[in-house]
Amino acid sequence: MARMPEIDRSKCNGCGLCVEVCSCKVLMLVGSMVEINEKVECRRCTRWCTMCEMVCPTGAIQCPFDVIIEE
Amino acid sequence: MVVKVDSLQSSIYFSGLGSDELDSIRKYVFEKTAARGEIIIFEGEPAKAIYIVIAGVVKVFKTSADGKEQIIYLARPGDSLNDVPVFGGALGLASAEAMTPVVLYGMKKEDLEVRLQEHPKLGANIIKVLSQRVEQMLSLVEDLSFRRVTGRVAKILLENIEDTNGQRHRLTQQEMAAMAGTAREMIGRSLKLLEDEGKIRLERNRIVITDKEALKEIASVGK
Repeated sequence: MARMPEIDRSKCNGCGLCVEVCSCKVLMLVGSMVEINEKVECRRCTRWCTMCEMVCPTGAIQCPFDVIIEE
Repeated sequence: MVVKVDSLQSSIYFSGLGSDELDSIRKYVFEKTAARGEIIIFEGEPAKAIYIVIAGVVKVFKTSADGKEQIIYLARPGDSLNDVPVFGGALGLASAEAMTPVVLYGMKKEDLEVRLQEHPKLGANIIKVLSQRVEQMLSLVEDLSFRRVTGRVAKILLENIEDTNGQRHRLTQQEMAAMAGTAREMIGRSLKLLEDEGKIRLERNRIVITDKEALKEIASVGK
């Protein structure tokens, strides 16, 4: 399964901007908290688009990268 | 369409104005919606109105002759669009695209000019908005100068390579921005630049360093 964005629930203010910007529909609002929709894979954007992290006003979503050297 | 007073108050433009003042102002406010991906403002077109984001996110950007995009800022609820060219009497300085479905409140330039005469507090608020815009632009100028940010990003990548034990320190663009002392938007641009130059390859969840020596050279420029 593709890696998913990581959510820090303590920072989420439930604004929903990440849900609106996500083209994979992998994020959803449950009450006033963003959740990952496990039924959907974060793959529709061909690469880790990180738009949810970009628009989040509170830094509640993270899309981390591994940094590696090409073998 | 009903223009909500509390939505107006969420913007610096109208903060601190009394309910009577807001009541008289809202007659001149119109609502505009845009679908995701829709261009709201075209660079180079006459600037006829200011807009305040009520819902959604708008990307304000410039495009170079060779098609490269530079994000100037992201406007979230409460932020304004198009103010500099409206007050400067110029053409649109940047384009604006809806990143999500967007609701905006707008006010025509001529209406805004009259309201400014009637409500001095509005003038003070606008000075605040324009001062913030100057600060944003100066910060961007600093970031874009001398490839400093790209150099710092190169250094950050080199310092965070997965070690021989397979220990990973995963990095977000937000963390890289904090480490480089810059805006997150600049990190995306720097990574793209490094990829275009063949120094790294961006993959899903991974940044692959393809030319470590060249990256070291860039990192030394960024010091």
